[in-house]
Amino acid sequence: MGNYYIKRLISVFFTIILIATITFFLMRAIPGGPFTRERPVSPAILENLEKKYNLDDPLIIQYLNYMKGLATFDLGPSFKILGTTVNELIVEGFPTSAKIGGLAAILIVSVGVPIGIISALKQNSIIDYIVMFGATLGVTLPSFVLATGIIYIFAVKYELIPPTGLGSWKGYIGPVIALSGYSLSFVARLTRSSMLEVLRQDYVRTARANGISEFKVIAKHALKNALIPVITYVGPMIAAILTGSFVIEKVFDLPGMGTYFVDSVSNRDYTVIIGMTVFYAAFYVVMVFLVDVAYSLIDPRIKLDS
Amino acid sequence: MNKKLLEVKNLKTSFYTHLGEVQAVRGISFELEEGGVLGIVGESGSGKSVTSLSIMRLIDSPGVIKEGEIIFDGVDLTKLKKSEIADYRGNEISMIFQDPMTSLNPVYKIKNQMIEVIKRHTDMTTAEALERAIDLLKQVGIPDPVAQINDYPHQFSGGMRQRALIATAISCNPRLLIADEPTTALDVTIQAQILELLKQLQKDTGMSIILITHDLGVIAEVSTNVIVMYGGLIMEKGTVQDIFYNPQHPYTKGLHKSIPKPHAKNDERLIPIKGSPPDLMNPPSGCPFSSRCDFAMEVCLTDAAPGYKISDSQSSACWLHDAESPVVEGFKKSKEVL
Repeated sequence: MGNYYIKRLISVFFTIILIATITFFLMRAIPGGPFTRERPVSPAILENLEKKYNLDDPLIIQYLNYMKGLATFDLGPSFKILGTTVNELIVEGFPTSAKIGGLAAILIVSVGVPIGIISALKQNSIIDYIVMFGATLGVTLPSFVLATGIIYIFAVKYELIPPTGLGSWKGYIGPVIALSGYSLSFVARLTRSSMLEVLRQDYVRTARANGISEFKVIAKHALKNALIPVITYVGPMIAAILTGSFVIEKVFDLPGMGTYFVDSVSNRDYTVIIGMTVFYAAFYVVMVFLVDVAYSLIDPRIKLDS
Repeated sequence: MNKKLLEVKNLKTSFYTHLGEVQAVRGISFELEEGGVLGIVGESGSGKSVTSLSIMRLIDSPGVIKEGEIIFDGVDLTKLKKSEIADYRGNEISMIFQDPMTSLNPVYKIKNQMIEVIKRHTDMTTAEALERAIDLLKQVGIPDPVAQINDYPHQFSGGMRQRALIATAISCNPRLLIADEPTTALDVTIQAQILELLKQLQKDTGMSIILITHDLGVIAEVSTNVIVMYGGLIMEKGTVQDIFYNPQHPYTKGLHKSIPKPHAKNDERLIPIKGSPPDLMNPPSGCPFSSRCDFAMEVCLTDAAPGYKISDSQSSACWLHDAESPVVEGFKKSKEVL
């Protein structure tokens, strides 16, 4: 087992290096730079700026310097937001994104899984149809439509929640629901189909044939097997929503990571892009690893070290 | 004759699919005495599995027991509430299934799955249940039960899994064990061992067994009585001797002819039953076997034959036994209809 963790750690390390490298060169391949303006900056100023940020070095030197910084968790200065480092941006933005994302993740799992189960147990009933209709809507509705809809109805019309910001606890309601919409619907559908599949399995029939109560058949025998595909989805999903959603943060005007991420792409803010990407990638890889650990805990046929 | 343990009367089970009603079991009656071993034989789709699942009340939606009574020890199981029938399952009546590979929950240890059932139906503590489970595994021939009870199902072979399932099924001393094709998924050597085990357990515990199979050889090995099913109906029933040495129904006779014999001559060919089983969505109004029967008469196409009593133990649902039908060699005439 220990062996497995070491191997896994090494692979995580290389994955992150690879992602940083690809992002680095891809961004440089795109035309324009951090100091490109509609009105051209005079060559002398540009030269000075590039010198200040070492952009005049050969690309490979820049790359090596960047990787050196990365090794010490120094993600470099932002080219656009003066006097701010990428580390500071993450420290500033991540807590907000993580708070919204964390609450959304809790909502997704605690609501999506149960309604998926109920829907499966009541297959082809009116409850099932309502849940599936809602879930299909949730999966197809873009988050900005959902978000603006929530603001329009609950903030503007009925004034139940503030339209923007996180001043009071009510401020969280809108963003968390808007952020959850898609994944919650997806988890509900996934749980339902997985549950339906498991309920048809022979071992569920065996449990029933042995007189096990219906509650235990569902909660013990079926659920544990049915959760495996759900965990597969939820792990990486948590990484994605914890690191911020550009759309939700824009619509609700929240100071999260997602905004910086997207802005940095259009601004060619190289260090911010790579920094955020690496941060997200690291998160993602860790979640995937946790999913694998969860598999091995749930399903004894999966052995991590072999 | 021993005390009657199970009596099935005019059982009809249907599945209401999108395409229409599939009449899987269309009115069958039989009984089983205490300590008896009843073999139900028939081809795929003959209704034998649905019969056994009906007894366990394990027919899932869209299936419904439409009609009939299933009287177990004086209680009509079809009238019981869900919670009441659950007290019977695994306790008074147990069942083992065709595919041992998929019939155990892969994510729980054998120990866990056995103890769960024992504790469900007895007042034992976990420690007592564990001891009982180990004894049971030993009884069914698991070589090292103390260690292997801690294994997960995937660490067991097919034969061992079926043994574990049998051990679980008999853990609460059922009076009836239903075995639905228990050896179909196993190789021949293991098949023989499992049948031997069932026979031994029957002898030791005195429980009754219903053995469902499409394999006449399996029936001959274990059963005392046999029911031959076809198209959701019983074609013939009798003792093992009756069915094997004096088959009366054309279908039973056809089955015998289609079995390879070890001492057959080189040029002796098997005689298959031509045609295919009836569509139970639109079952024929007459005898379900009439379209494949060499002896079919006009009446066979319009009316299903009643069960003619051949002897005290044997009956056969074929018009050839009727006094008005032509005399055909090998078919006894009977005056009595069951």
